[in-house]
Amino acid sequence: MTKHNGSKPEVQERIGVYVCHCGTNIAGTVDVAQVAQWAASRLKERGVVIARDYKFMCSSLGQELIEKDIKEQKLTRVVVAACSPHLHERTFRTACARAGLNPFLCEMVSIREQVSWVHTNKEAATIKAQAAVSGGVERVIHHEPLEPMTVPINPATLVVGGGIAGIQAALEIADAGYHVYMVEREPSIGGHMAQFDKTFPTLDCAACILTPKMVDVGGHPNVTLLTWSEVEKVEGYVGSFNVTIRNKARHVKTDLCTGCGICQEKCPKKVVDEVYEAGLGYRKAIYTPFPQAVPKFPVMDVDNCIYFEKGTCKACEKFCPTNAIDFTQQDEVINIEVGNIILATGYDIFDARRVSHYGYGRLANVFTSLEMERLTNAAGPTNGQIVLRDGKTTPKAVGIIHCVGSRDRNFNNHCSVICCMQSLKFAHMVHERTGAIVYNFYIDMRTPFKDYDEFYQRVLEEGTLFVRGKVAEVTDAARLPGEEGKLIVQVEDTLAGKQRRIPVDMVILSVGLEPRKDSSETAKLFGISCSANGWFIEKHPKLDPVATMTEGIYIAGCAQGPKDIPASVSQGAAAAARVLGKIQQKEMALEPIRASVIEEKCSGCRICNDLCPFNAISFHEDTMVSEVNAALCQGCGTCVAACPAGAIYGTGFNNEQVLAQIEGLLLLNIGEEAVPA
Amino acid sequence: MTDNAKPKFAMYWAASCGGCEIAVLNIHEKILDVDANFEVVFWPVAMDAKYKDVEAMEDGSILLTLFNGGIRNDENEHIARLLRRKSQLLVAFGSCACEGCIPGLANLSPAGEIVHTAFNTVSTDNPHGIYPRASFDVPEGEITIPKIFPTLRTLDQVVDVDYYMPGCPPESHQIGAVIDLVVKVLHGEAQLPPKGSVIGAGNSTVCDECTRKRNVKSITSFKRIYDVEIDPELCLLEQGIPCNGPATRSGCNARCVSAGAQCIGCYGPAEGVVDYGARLIAAFASVIDSTDPEEIEAILDGIPDPAGQFYRFNLAGSLLKAGKPAWEKG
Ligand SMILES: Cc1cc2nc3c(=O)[nH]c(=O)nc-3n(C[C@H](O)[C@H](O)[C@H](O)COP(=O)(O)OP(=O)(O)OC[C@H]3O[C@@H](n4cnc5c(N)ncnc54)[C@H](O)[C@@H]3O)c2cc1C
Ligand code: SF4
Ligand code: SF4
Ligand code: SF4
Ligand code: SF4
Repeated sequence: MTKHNGSKPEVQERIGVYVCHCGTNIAGTVDVAQVAQWAASRLKERGVVIARDYKFMCSSLGQELIEKDIKEQKLTRVVVAACSPHLHERTFRTACARAGLNPFLCEMVSIREQVSWVHTNKEAATIKAQAAVSGGVERVIHHEPLEPMTVPINPATLVVGGGIAGIQAALEIADAGYHVYMVEREPSIGGHMAQFDKTFPTLDCAACILTPKMVDVGGHPNVTLLTWSEVEKVEGYVGSFNVTIRNKARHVKTDLCTGCGICQEKCPKKVVDEVYEAGLGYRKAIYTPFPQAVPKFPVMDVDNCIYFEKGTCKACEKFCPTNAIDFTQQDEVINIEVGNIILATGYDIFDARRVSHYGYGRLANVFTSLEMERLTNAAGPTNGQIVLRDGKTTPKAVGIIHCVGSRDRNFNNHCSVICCMQSLKFAHMVHERTGAIVYNFYIDMRTPFKDYDEFYQRVLEEGTLFVRGKVAEVTDAARLPGEEGKLIVQVEDTLAGKQRRIPVDMVILSVGLEPRKDSSETAKLFGISCSANGWFIEKHPKLDPVATMTEGIYIAGCAQGPKDIPASVSQGAAAAARVLGKIQQKEMALEPIRASVIEEKCSGCRICNDLCPFNAISFHEDTMVSEVNAALCQGCGTCVAACPAGAIYGTGFNNEQVLAQIEGLLLLNIGEEAVPA
Repeated sequence: MTDNAKPKFAMYWAASCGGCEIAVLNIHEKILDVDANFEVVFWPVAMDAKYKDVEAMEDGSILLTLFNGGIRNDENEHIARLLRRKSQLLVAFGSCACEGCIPGLANLSPAGEIVHTAFNTVSTDNPHGIYPRASFDVPEGEITIPKIFPTLRTLDQVVDVDYYMPGCPPESHQIGAVIDLVVKVLHGEAQLPPKGSVIGAGNSTVCDECTRKRNVKSITSFKRIYDVEIDPELCLLEQGIPCNGPATRSGCNARCVSAGAQCIGCYGPAEGVVDYGARLIAAFASVIDSTDPEEIEAILDGIPDPAGQFYRFNLAGSLLKAGKPAWEKG
């Protein structure tokens, strides 16, 4: 029960108040000198022994001012009224620590974001700033010195996803001498890049630059490669995660298999390859997705294997020279311990069927970009020949439509970043290999990175025709002479200012990049968040793009958002650098702002049990109390707010502190009834 | 009244229903212990006494006063201050004195409206529309009735309180236990708890005393007990019954929930719970199993009277204290 009258106990603390001008940012709207004077006189009985204003509190001179006062004035608490904790809390806490004051005895009050920037009336803003300072002073009285908790860092790292981003990350860490577990759900690593022929803007051959890296991963003494595997459970916290991985049965004994490929050759069952060949080619029921696959061991697709269906066949077993086939193999569940995790699970491509008026799936000669990659690939189903769906006719006119499923409020608002360049790449290749007329239909041309616009100029000079406008429809209904047997692209040419119907033989849809279909489950599994549309959310979009809000979990590549190969590689390397930095520290300090359950107060109602975004809460059936794992808790406060019994204590945000701050804001602490209107 | 060596006892009712008084009488023969150990000097419901008798007493001459009821009018306030002066130990007795209780729910409406409702509803037989008058002249002089305040306040919002004894009303076994304790203290066999303590109740929650099984909670709809066949073993909240047990102070032996009715919160906020209603709202909202705003709205519609659900006993004692109309127009 709260007491509503009765006098407050006398304040024992010696509090210093520092009011920042932030140049004119604050001082332009708030009378900072007045705020400091007010604090010195009105908050004296609340423990304020000194109050100053200064031009830039965050400057080294400003910080020294605080340090000097702590020592000379024997301050026991510090309140800095300035920008926001987000920006400079650490600065001022560190200054306090330098002067020997526990950093958590410093409180920041925002009089810039919350006062000067949102007001114009100087008098009112000054009064509000005073109230804010009063709130901070009242709160800081209730602060307690906190010590960070340190946890040891296991030097091993888990990389999930073996696309180019994951490969880069794994190699950086493994080369630095630390162990990496790489988990890839497909039979081989390589990701999307392994499907491409050439890569923009330099047109180097994708395989030539990718496969050496794949081989490095496969043979690296510091890498344990787990393909055909999925992460099932993640427990623990930064420095010591315990990860459960399911290694799906390959039905091939990898210790015996030499990767000779005889089984694939002899297997009588052909299956359309929807993954690697994008549905354009076949594989067998026992297969490696492509000849350079890493690892080289095939997997058996039991859903399509004749033996699993009918009980006879076993051709692979018969012909395998090393007796490596094992029809009885079971999934294996493995447990590993790692200190950090990098998620590089990449993207899915937009399903072109969703834009039904472009005819994909209905009109044979409408292709997706991924199909186009396979068509142009020398190792692909047509040996690199660009032909129509009939497998032989070379197109004479080709239309390439940009932004399919991207920048379109019916599907995705985002720009997929790579489609313009990929469309230019196709234009170049169609031109080079078929001599066909090429039309690129674009909304805006986006070629912002190194050598990209030069590539655009080159394609322009090659004679590709550019039509600026969003394609309305692709149809095979001929209306005009010359349209029979063609695909007609109906488009408003916004530069010419007229509607055009352009007959072509082949249409390529540059489909956008989308988050993995299972990205939200993946995010949940690893205790991170994804945006409403499904990309993993970084800790800070500019200043911390590969970290997440969960300590020890990093993201890289397209899992974080659409990007090209150079950016994916950079992020892979950046995430690795962050992990290496953590490993080097050997142990790390965790912010002491966290929750804990007061056992005697917890009734075991279990309301909090499913709420923690970081899976930090567990329930003990025997004692009927819930517990917060201190190393996992990130101090978000969700459970603190939810616990109806008030049994969860949030350091730094406990009832006393928050209520005291409110009292201070309302000036009830100095006996005023309310803030003057 | 004779001069008596026995310590003096008083009990008073302010804005309350009278249930607390009945609860004290309901301790059966234990009431004799009160009589044996105390001289009852003032207890309007049980004996005749005049305010001026109390006024004449020496300050601090009453050892123990059980004060029930909230402070709704100037008479309540006058007596609260008077008894505070005269008593060594002032106990806020029962939910009304501790946290406002049902009379405190009137803090959602302006005082004028409350009077109007009382004298002008279908259940009121008032054909001539007679309303009470603040003062009236009679041949003997002017008589007045107490002046109603804009809002009801809890006892400790008006005077300093030594102990709190929650419950609507406090359970007889808890009253009995407190009387035992006070008697022991009088005989030097026990010590009083620190000032400001809650007495005659537990330190945890109703859930803590409830024997129903619980799982991780996820609520897809709120129901009334008559809507469903209640599983006698399982936590009511998990069955969609909005049970206030999780935030309510223990002390009742989980009476309602063991009888199959939800806890409505009469024992008030659990130790450390500052705003009872806000706590429960946050807790219930946390376990609603939906992310779709419309569906969430629909689920919340299953709580037709949020003030009654979450603040039935605690509105006056909450951080809010009252609804805006009461402040503005009171
Ligand atoms: C048609 C097309 C052409 C392109 N051409 C170019 C180009 O020429 N130049 C260029 O710079 N960029 C190009 N890009 C972009 C390029 O593909 C990406 O930048 C790059 O592949 C991103 O790599 P990644 O590792 O982030 O993702 P991905 O390549 O998607 O790799 C992710 C890997 O993670 C695996 N995985 C996913 N989920 C899990 C899980 N839960 N558990 C385990 N493993 C999982 C996947 O199987 C995959 O192997 C093109 C894109 C498209 C669609
Ligand atoms: S047993 Fe299955 S995998 Fe092996 S050859 Fe026959 S169909 Fe292919
Ligand atoms: S919500 Fe509070 S009382 Fe309920 S189980 Fe969690 S910690 Fe315990
Ligand atoms: S404050 Fe509670 S919900 Fe938030 S991270 Fe910590 S344990 Fe989880
Ligand atoms: S919520 Fe109600 S029914 Fe459930 S455990 Fe608590 S008191 Fe018992």
